[in-house]
Amino acid sequence: MTAQPNGPKLQVADLTVGFGDTIVQHDVSFEVATGSIFAIMGGSGCGKSTLLKAMIGLVRPSAGTIRVGAEDYWAASDERRAEIGRGFGVLFQSGALWSSMSAAENVALPLRMLTGLQEESIAALVAVKLALVGLGGAGDVMPAELSGGMRKRAGLARALALDPEILFFDEPSAGLDPVMSRRLDDLIRELRDGFGTTVVLVSHELPSLFGICDDGVFLDAETKTAIAHGAPGTLRDECAHPTVRAFMNREGPPGDQARAGARHGHS
Amino acid sequence: MAPEGRGWIVRPAGADAVIALSGDWVGRVSGVEAGASRRILETGARGLAFDVEGLGRWDSGLIAFLTSLRDAARQSDVAFDEASLPESARRLIDLASSQAAAHSRPPRSPLLDCVGLWAIAVAAETMEVAALIGDTCLRGGTALRGRAAMRGIDLIDCMSDAGAGALPIVLLVNFLVGSILAFVGAVQLRRFGADAYVASLVGIAVVREMAAIMTAIIMAGRTGGSYAANIATMQGNEEIDALQAVGIPVFDYLILPRVLALTGMMPILYLYGCAAGIFGGFVVAVAMLDLSPLSFIDETRLAISGSQFGLGLAKSLCFGALIAIVGCRVGLHAGRSATGVGRAATTAVVVGIVGVIALDAVFAVCANALDI
Repeated sequence: MTAQPNGPKLQVADLTVGFGDTIVQHDVSFEVATGSIFAIMGGSGCGKSTLLKAMIGLVRPSAGTIRVGAEDYWAASDERRAEIGRGFGVLFQSGALWSSMSAAENVALPLRMLTGLQEESIAALVAVKLALVGLGGAGDVMPAELSGGMRKRAGLARALALDPEILFFDEPSAGLDPVMSRRLDDLIRELRDGFGTTVVLVSHELPSLFGICDDGVFLDAETKTAIAHGAPGTLRDECAHPTVRAFMNREGPPGDQARAGARHGHS
Repeated sequence: MAPEGRGWIVRPAGADAVIALSGDWVGRVSGVEAGASRRILETGARGLAFDVEGLGRWDSGLIAFLTSLRDAARQSDVAFDEASLPESARRLIDLASSQAAAHSRPPRSPLLDCVGLWAIAVAAETMEVAALIGDTCLRGGTALRGRAAMRGIDLIDCMSDAGAGALPIVLLVNFLVGSILAFVGAVQLRRFGADAYVASLVGIAVVREMAAIMTAIIMAGRTGGSYAANIATMQGNEEIDALQAVGIPVFDYLILPRVLALTGMMPILYLYGCAAGIFGGFVVAVAMLDLSPLSFIDETRLAISGSQFGLGLAKSLCFGALIAIVGCRVGLHAGRSATGVGRAATTAVVVGIVGVIALDAVFAVCANALDI
């Protein structure tokens, strides 16, 4: 398959993100290996999504660098950044389908706007992408008529439109039932295995974190920085940090040892 | 479209054929070849196998080629041996065919059905608008006695937006309309030596028609559209569902303050509009047509009577209610998407303006019959 240069696909170094004077996360560093599924973990409101927005070019970080391959993403010119961004596919939390277009048109738009392909080719590529996410027969349906799970799948098909090298997911399981969310996890893994895509996902869903992620970083809301690195499963079993332990084992807050112990005993 | 390095050759192997794939199969660069599977099957092979020695980089372009080839092979009973394909490509073509969720649209209904459905929809719409007007009258009465589930602060907010907020533009537009009328009228009247009648022309036109109509058109664009967009967005965010679920009556809480505010503010705006229009005429008449200020004022006082103001006030009340009801009603029935909100705003403005002018025609006929 695609010959990838060795080394990390994404390198985040000493990154600080925030809005105005508010710092959301500071001095976050991590590397995402090519072809891996990388998790950005942390509790609600810790700045996971803001970090993701910095990585996909929506929020300019106040300090630090993000390297895509060998290139500094935010130091590049606007045009160059847009060009690098074409190698990204993003699935937003609720799909973010363009509501005036059918599912197939949603997938076709990036191909139509950003490539010089002919209609037949576009139609064939759209069809295969919808089939890959299990929406083979639903191309003509408008987003408003799709269920939550189908909307995510259609959003994923659109994220795949340009065969991205890196796929970003913002809370892929949010709003899905456990079965649906499991199917989406499997789909993410199948696509990674098939295309060799690097996947970065923001999540706090423990089952999907343990199920599919190879590596990750844990962001803390209190200290506003990364407090642990490693695969979610490893963090659960080995990390000594009380906040990470509590999160990964679904315990009460770290200060609340007695209750946490009791819960742990039950499970 | 020159396929960059992408290529396939069919090599016969007995009754079967081996398809040798070569080069880079990158979909966004080289696209997907139309009719490739047909041409491969036309070779008459009874089975297909692959040789991927020369295959370079690939992505969904290759998957699209392989899935369409496999589907075509299945249809014409040709064996499809995918064993020699890369493992990851095999997984993907399995994935692409395993879970095709069938979801088809209902077929288009014939013309007769469309006409029938349209007629039913029009009837239902008429009923609903009538119900909305009735509701407004009933609940409005209750509200005036202070017994509706409406927050005073909402009413005040709506009134300040529809009243004070709109005043500058209402003044400006009416001033300009008044001065334009004075100009146009003076040029014609001067030919008969009737310059002095400019004042009565401006006065009557502004008070009877222009102030009410212009103010209503401004408010239809400014406030009617904003009501529709606002309520449609709330609908999309499920805010209205939340109101209903909590048990707060949507009509009292959302619609009543808007309708009351706009209906209440329109007559006031109308009066301001009259003043601005007459002042516009006055400025043009005095500054450019050499009429004396006093004679203009006298002439205006003679020309306009209380009944004309009454007509204008009645009109502006009706226009205000019409615009607010249309805006709210369109907003409540908008689709729950970005397009829906845009369409709702457009519909509210268009229906509001057309409605205002149609209603004005009705008023003109009535006024004529009543000799006002």
